[in-house]
Amino acid sequence: MNAWTSPIAWVGRSALDTAAGFGRFGSFMTGAARATRDARTWGQLVVFHMAKLGVESLPIALFIAAFTGIVMALQASYTFTGAVPLYFVGVLVGKTIILELGPVLTGLALAGRVGANIAAEIGSMRVTEQIDALETLGYDPFAYLVVPRVIAGLLMFPICVAFANAIGVVGGWITAINLLEMSTPEFIRGLRLFFRPFDIQYSLIKAASFGLAVTSIGCFYGFNTTGGAAAVGRSTTQAVVVSSMLILVLDAFWAIVLL
Amino acid sequence: MQDVHKAFGSRVILDGVTLSARDGETLAVIGYSGAGKSVLLKSIVRLLVPDRGVVHVDGQDVSQLERDELYDMRRRVGYVFQFAALFDSMNVFDNVAMGLRRIRMPEAELAERVIESLRLVEMNGFEDRLPAQLSGGQRKRVGLARAIATRPKYVLYDEPTTGLDPVTTAVIDGLILKMSRELGVTSVVVTHDMKSAYRVADRIAMLYQGGIRFIGTPEEIQRSEDPVVHGFIEGLPELAQEAAA
Repeated sequence: MNAWTSPIAWVGRSALDTAAGFGRFGSFMTGAARATRDARTWGQLVVFHMAKLGVESLPIALFIAAFTGIVMALQASYTFTGAVPLYFVGVLVGKTIILELGPVLTGLALAGRVGANIAAEIGSMRVTEQIDALETLGYDPFAYLVVPRVIAGLLMFPICVAFANAIGVVGGWITAINLLEMSTPEFIRGLRLFFRPFDIQYSLIKAASFGLAVTSIGCFYGFNTTGGAAAVGRSTTQAVVVSSMLILVLDAFWAIVLL
Repeated sequence: MQDVHKAFGSRVILDGVTLSARDGETLAVIGYSGAGKSVLLKSIVRLLVPDRGVVHVDGQDVSQLERDELYDMRRRVGYVFQFAALFDSMNVFDNVAMGLRRIRMPEAELAERVIESLRLVEMNGFEDRLPAQLSGGQRKRVGLARAIATRPKYVLYDEPTTGLDPVTTAVIDGLILKMSRELGVTSVVVTHDMKSAYRVADRIAMLYQGGIRFIGTPEEIQRSEDPVVHGFIEGLPELAQEAAA
């Protein structure tokens, strides 16, 4: 193969690998969908994973949201100086936090925390034959490991994002009244100016899709880990990278479809 | 199993293996590392699917079982993993109880069964320990307790004594014999430890280059004149290499 054809071969191979990856993921998700029938197995684990994925992730989500709200208020004020009434700080904080930064930053943070945790945990179980052990004990590993985590992600990401949105806006409000010489009525006036209830729905729909993406990608990479400790590390990294990318793709997708 | 073939990529592991275990016997499968012993064992419970050939458990073709039938079959087969494969987030009690919870055994009966299973492997008193707090031999014993907790008809042992000191190895061998005697299980023991094989097996099969090279009683294998078999059981690599060439 010469220097001209090898890049073409590389592109071809990459395309085939990508297609095969989609195929494997499709087959994995089909297995997970089939396992939802085994509610007796996953039903009793959902609450545990909701606490683990959601409640334990809340502090980091709220921390990010609070500081994002502060920064948004200060940057809005800096941008608007003289040209736009200051109450538009409320518009910018509300809209950007609820529509974009709340769900996306929370999604990305949870991709790191939750996605990595799932991939590492399931990957370790794979390489130490614990998943095989589950099978020999009569458990469907999809029902035991994948379904409860995906359902927990689907339910808890929107809850985390709802709290993050609220804290982000509160962060912006506290900043506005303390550092920008704005009053609370002014901030609220801006917040309500272009607010539509659909904004909340949009934010939560995105959050649910991010939850689905992060948990299913984490489970997929964990499940397909082969080898030893290094392979677990590789799966964990891939899970975080791919789910972070998928969050951004889904973000654009929902903007095109719903706005 | 009949004419079972399994390859990973271009590497052929099993190349037409035909082997059966008799009711109540302990069949040891010996062979070099990488010979496909664990692949053979995993094929029995469909943790791996053969490329060709059939595996029967209680007359059922394992490859044809529907999902529920497959899990039903697996409940009749206990599996002891090479490194125990204990669930590291659970304590010993919960590890042993996993299979029993699956069959919805009432809690009181379940607790009794777990304690009894742990007593059989001489691990009672360790119920609250986590796997990380156990030695290698203790883990294997808990793995065995977990495998026999549902009182399976068959038990498959994947390298049960690998990495253990000679005394612990003898203890594990004793437990394998005890399971056979007290619970009447049919066992398949994969090992490359000849001392263990002689101790526990009614028959020994040697897996070599993808096929069964020899099958017979421990006495028969010791009298075998096949240089591959002789070289392996006596630990004489030059003899085995000569025969392979």
